[in-house]
Order: sequence, then C-alpha cells, then structure tokens
Amino acid sequence: MSDESRTPVALAGLRADDPHLEPSARNPHVVEAVIAGLMVVGTLCTAGFGAAFWVNAKPWILGATLGGGLLFLGLGLIAWGKYLMPRGPFVEERHPLANDAAEREGLASVLVDRGASVIKRRPLLGGLLGGGMGIFGIVALFPLLRSLGPLPKGTLFHTDWRKGSYLVDQTGRRIHEGDLAVGSIVTVFPEGTENTDRGQAVDQTVLIRLSNENYVTQKGRATWGPKGYVAYSKLCTHLGCPVGLYEQQLQLLVCPCHQSMFNVTDGALPTFGPAPRPLPQLPLYIDAEGYLRAQADYDQPVGPGFWERGRS
Amino acid sequence: MSDVAGATTTKRARRGGGGRYGRLGQVVNELDDRLGVAKGGRTFLDKIFPDHWSFMLGEIALYSFLVLLVTGVFLTFYYVPSSALVTYHGPYLPLDGQRVTEAFASTVNLSFSVRAGLLMRQMHHWACDIFVGALVVHMARVFFTGAFRKPRELNWTIGVTLLTLAIANGFLGYSLPDDLVSGTGIRIAYSIILSIPVVGTYLAFFVFGGNFPGTAIIPRFFILHVLIIPLVILGLVGAHLALLVRQKHTQFPGPGREENNVVGSPMFPVFMAKTTGYLFGVSGVIALLGAFAQINPIWQFGPYDASRISYAVQPDFYMGFLDGALRIFPSWSFMGFGHTIPFEVTIPAVIFPGLLFGLAYAWPALERRVTGDHAIHHLLDRPSWRPKRTAVGVAALALLSALFIASSTDVIANFFHLSLNTVLWAMRVIVILSPFVAYPITYKICKELQGVHGAGKRKTPNLVVRTDEGEYVAEPTPAYPEDVHHELDPTPVPTFIEEPEPESAAPGVRIVER
Repeated sequence: MSDESRTPVALAGLRADDPHLEPSARNPHVVEAVIAGLMVVGTLCTAGFGAAFWVNAKPWILGATLGGGLLFLGLGLIAWGKYLMPRGPFVEERHPLANDAAEREGLASVLVDRGASVIKRRPLLGGLLGGGMGIFGIVALFPLLRSLGPLPKGTLFHTDWRKGSYLVDQTGRRIHEGDLAVGSIVTVFPEGTENTDRGQAVDQTVLIRLSNENYVTQKGRATWGPKGYVAYSKLCTHLGCPVGLYEQQLQLLVCPCHQSMFNVTDGALPTFGPAPRPLPQLPLYIDAEGYLRAQADYDQPVGPGFWERGRS
Repeated sequence: MSDVAGATTTKRARRGGGGRYGRLGQVVNELDDRLGVAKGGRTFLDKIFPDHWSFMLGEIALYSFLVLLVTGVFLTFYYVPSSALVTYHGPYLPLDGQRVTEAFASTVNLSFSVRAGLLMRQMHHWACDIFVGALVVHMARVFFTGAFRKPRELNWTIGVTLLTLAIANGFLGYSLPDDLVSGTGIRIAYSIILSIPVVGTYLAFFVFGGNFPGTAIIPRFFILHVLIIPLVILGLVGAHLALLVRQKHTQFPGPGREENNVVGSPMFPVFMAKTTGYLFGVSGVIALLGAFAQINPIWQFGPYDASRISYAVQPDFYMGFLDGALRIFPSWSFMGFGHTIPFEVTIPAVIFPGLLFGLAYAWPALERRVTGDHAIHHLLDRPSWRPKRTAVGVAALALLSALFIASSTDVIANFFHLSLNTVLWAMRVIVILSPFVAYPITYKICKELQGVHGAGKRKTPNLVVRTDEGEYVAEPTPAYPEDVHHELDPTPVPTFIEEPEPESAAPGVRIVER
C-alpha cells in the first residue's frame, strides 16, 4: 500500500478508479461472505422474533430473537461500512465560522442603530413595556406555584396521635399489655389511620417491650414507658425512611437507608450514622382494660429536619 | 436562475427521465424544483466524519435515547398513572388479592399480561442506565481531549444540561411503578427538598402537592417523565447535533489533519452504514440485556407502604454518588435562632451536587481564564498533553467513584464481615483522600507519557525463532503497513498559549501554533 493512497483527498471530482474509493478489506470476497452470514443470522433471528411474538413465547425468547436480529444485522452493516466501502481518508475544508468585520458591524448597527435607538427615543413606552412584562412574570409565578400545593402551615409539626389514641397494629387490632413479650417489636398507628397514606407515612410508630417494669428512657419521661413498653416515631430523623430494623441484643433501631442507629434504652439517641436527632418518643399509658394508649401527641415534629423546625 | 430557466430544466428533466441518473435523478430534480435541496443535500452527504473510536460514545447515548423513546411509548399504552387503590388480581399469585395502587398494578400487569411487556420494560430500564452511562463516558472524552474549548463551549453546556435532565428523568421514571424501593427513594427526595433552608418546606409542598406522600406524586411525575423532560431532552439533542454539523467535528492532529480541515469518512455511504449498524447494535445489546438480565423486579419488592422498608436496596447507579455522600456525611445539623438547617442533608445532597455541576458548567470559562487561551481549537488534545486538566478530571471521577462505593457501606460490611463503623470511617477517609491521591498520580503519568515515543501505538508482535543451533531468538516484526495511527506520534506540546492579538480583525480566530 503506497503512502500516497493514505494521504487524505477531497471527495469531489475523484476518478472512479482512485485508490481512495477502494474498500479497505484485503480480501473483499471473504469479508462479503462473512457479512452475508451475519445478515442471514440477523434476518433469521428477526423472523424468529415474529414467530415468538405470534405464539406468545417467554420474554427471554422474545428478547433473544429481537436482540440477536438487531445485533447481527447491525454488525453486518458496520462491517460493510468499515471494510467494503471507500476507505478514504477524505478531507473537507473547514472555513472559519466568523464573518469579517464589516458583516459584524452590519449586524451590530442593525441591533443598536435601528433597534436600541428606537427604544431610546421612546423611553416611556420602553419602560412601560419592561415594567409590564416584569410584573406579569412575577405575578404569573404566584398562581403557577401556589396552586401546586397547600402551604405547609403546621402540618409538619403534628401527627394524628391524640390523648387517649389506641395503639393498633397494621391490621387495626388494638395492642393489649399482654401482647408483646420482652424484646418484641411491632409497628403501631393511632387507631383509624392504619390504612391511610398519612397514617403510614407520618404516624408510624415502633412499639418495643424492653422489660416488664416501667421503663424510663430519659429524665422527665417517668410515666412514658408503662410495663416496659416504649414507643418511638418510626421516621428516621435523617431522611424520613422507616427505622425498620431492630437489633435486639444491642437494643438498637437501625435505619436501612443510611445506617443511622438509635439506642432504644436511652431515648433513641443516635449512636451512629448521619441522623442528627433522637427519634421522638410517644408517651404511653395502659388503660383500665389493659390496652395501650397515647398520653398525647409527640412533643416535637417527627422525621427529617426543616427550616421552621426550631430548636427542640 | 430565472423562472423560465427552471421550468425549462424541469421539462427537459421530465423528457429525459432525470438524465443519466434514471428515476432517482428525476426525484432529485422534482425535489430541487420545489425545495432547492440539491446543493445543501450534496454538502450534507459529503460531510466528513473523523474516524476515531472515541467519537462513537456520544452515538451510544443518542441511540439508547432512541430506544428509550420507542420502548417508553410502548409502556405508556399500558401504564396507569394513578395512586388510586385497587385489588390486584392477576397471574402473579403472591400478590393476588392485595390492595395496591393502580400504578403498581398496571406495571405488574404490563410485565406479565402484555405480550412483550416485560421485555419492553426491562429494555426501557436498561436503556436508561446505558444512556446515562454513555453520557458520562462521552463527556469524559470531550473533557479529556479538550473538545469543549472555543468554539464549542455552548455544546458542552448543552451536554451538562442533558446529563442533569437524564439523571432527573431516570429518577422520575423508576419512581413511577410505586413499588417499595422507589417509594423509599421518593421519601428521601422529599426530605432532601425539605432540607433546603428558608424555602424548603414550601418547595416540597408545591412539588408534591402537600405533605408526603399525598396523591399528586404519580400523575405529576408521569407527565414530567413522559412529556416535559423528554421534550426538552429532544430539543437539546437536536440543538447539540445542529451545532455539531454547523461547527464540524474536532479531530486528533496528524498528517494532513489541520485546524482548517476535517479528515475521515463521508456521511454517505460510509458513516451512514456504520452509524445505522451502530443503532442496530446498541438496540440489539439493550434487547439482549432486557432478555437475560433482570432489572427492577417490582413484584418482588411489593407495593409501596410508607411504614415498610427493605434491607440493602440501592438506587440506580447514577444516584449512587448522592446516596454515598448522604451516608458518610456526619450528623451536623444546625439549630439556633428558632430555625433548623439540616446540614447533614443540605451539604451532601444539595450543595455538593450543585457545586459539582456548577463546576462542570463553568469549566470552559474557567480554563480560558486560567490558561489565557481564547483561541479557536478544532484539533483535539491528547490527555497527556494537558496534565493539569486531565488530573482535575481524574480527581473528580475518583471522588465520584469513591462516593459511589460509599453508597453500599452496609453491603460491604456484610460481605467482608467488617463492622459498619470501620467501613464508614474507611469510606470517609477514602472519599476525602481520593481526589488528592488521583491528582498527583495522574499528573505524573501525563508528564511521563509526554516523553514516551510511540506511546499508545499498536504494538507489533515479536517473532520467536529457533535457530539451527537450537537457540531461541525474539525478532521484532515490522510495523503494520496499514497502521494509520500517525496521530499518536508525539507532537510538540505548546509551552504557553498565545494571546490573540487585540488588533486582529476577527478576534479569537487565530490558530495556535503547535
């Protein structure tokens, strides 16, 4: 192969016998046979896809025939282009995109002399138009945004737990003081919310039995854990995933999303991971019939942090 | 040409049936009479595409996007964007009788009851992963070879926007089935929006139509995912390609390859054959993945219930770096003045990606400023010629890879029987160190490569010959005659970059001497 045929030439005006128009394959007939083989296999696969679709074959058969058909036809086409088409290399001139100074000045003069000067001559109209458009833009933004959703107001600060709410499990069954053995855990909801989106997303609470005696997790929570039952919000204070893993021996609640861990004996203080705050604890009591009920709502917002959350 | 002459041509053409080019020639004549396509069409078909393997990376992205469009249209025929509850009855018995959302039920139905439905769904998901992956690799090519430099800064900006949109739309898309894994992902996204200081709660309420989860998510995500974002992506892809045609391709320097030309294969027929074959090949591989590699089996995860969670679930790979950042960032919440700023979320999930993409957007301007290089470049750099740029790019990729690995701390701890604490602290150290280790190593390798003759050239085999005396000798064989990789010969590296002269008529059009 001479060096000359490797020099890039322009495409236009090439003689039909120019070496640049030769295929790059050394044995075009062999390559042609291989490509023909690829295309035959591709066509067979494609036909197979049609048949497989007709008889409603298993998905993997559909995919294998469709994929095989596309892949083999594609390989054949690529090989055709690469080995049997004019090998070149061809060259194309690249002209500077920039125009000369006169053209540039021409455009600038249209913009400035014809355009800007017209507006400058009528400052009042220009100002009014600009002001009107500006106000329209701002005003249009309000309904556009505001109609998308309600204002947050206090919704992030409260759950549906009330004084006297019965603790029920996912099926709506009330939890009785004899239901849980020490070391057991169950997800509970305030009665009536167990099947609602909000109940599952906001009110979800884990109930753990730590002992048979009243359990005090922190100062000022003397009555919150009757007969060893303690309840914490199930919403991780990091990003709001359900804190669904309970490591019984270490007495840790673990969030599977980012591995925050909370010590349930200690007011659910975070001991590991990115969660910044303890899980809020739900104050419980056991009524005369032995059912577990809430003394009140959580004393702070549950879940992840937000701007208005305040100190606590 | 006057009207009369045009009419005459047409008559003559009709009589002669298009001259020596037969019926196709006649079609050309008819079209040209009406649209004047001959000259532009010829120029387009003669357009030269440089031959280099790295130029096909963008094509992978383009063609996987086409597969996304086709399979996505198929899916919209069967998917129901509604969070209304229905009772599932269908061929997948473990879910029979369960109360699930219509979104979930319809996704399971289209997987099991629609002909080729599961294949189309899996192809769609795989095509998305390949799309984002190809975008990243394509961007890396453009970055490391300096293809983003003047005059192509705008196309780089479009590219970064496309990557952002692709990641966003991928997230929206895998949230649509309303399964347990994706629902948890949406919960996390909600909390990330919530963490933005001052406006976070309002933003979250407006995006989701109230407190989490609400009923607005699925329809809103749906219309964003199938109409609005794809439309923007399509428009930007069109602009990306139009700019490419207008500005012509970049190419690596070599004999005959100069700033003022393009060397390669013509659009018709060579490039057209290769690229069409490539479209087929990419779609074929995606179809095979859809056939043999299960992806996102939502029926195994079950429907979303905000109070349930699964262990060791990861998002799609392109969200991995965010998840990793969230895992390893310390619990630095700010509380005071009656307000909370959840820095443990805001910094890794809002500020960090903001800075990262901001840096990507700003890079062309930043480099212009640092190097003072305001010249037009059509010839590409080899990565080793620009050790600092290459080192910055590798450092960024190292950081992202380390964060990606950090998104599976729990899996790593389980697999290697390590304490989660050890893995977490190890990943913190690795993430912080990775860019600082990657930068000097890359810089040094680039500097070394500059001095190596023929680095990266195709190696010829050594022939081991046994002489008559029984001695074995290795003889190097001659270079491949058809080896055209001349561009790999070392080219003098400019020690400084010329400032364009201020009195130049068209500023910035000067070509830098190499």
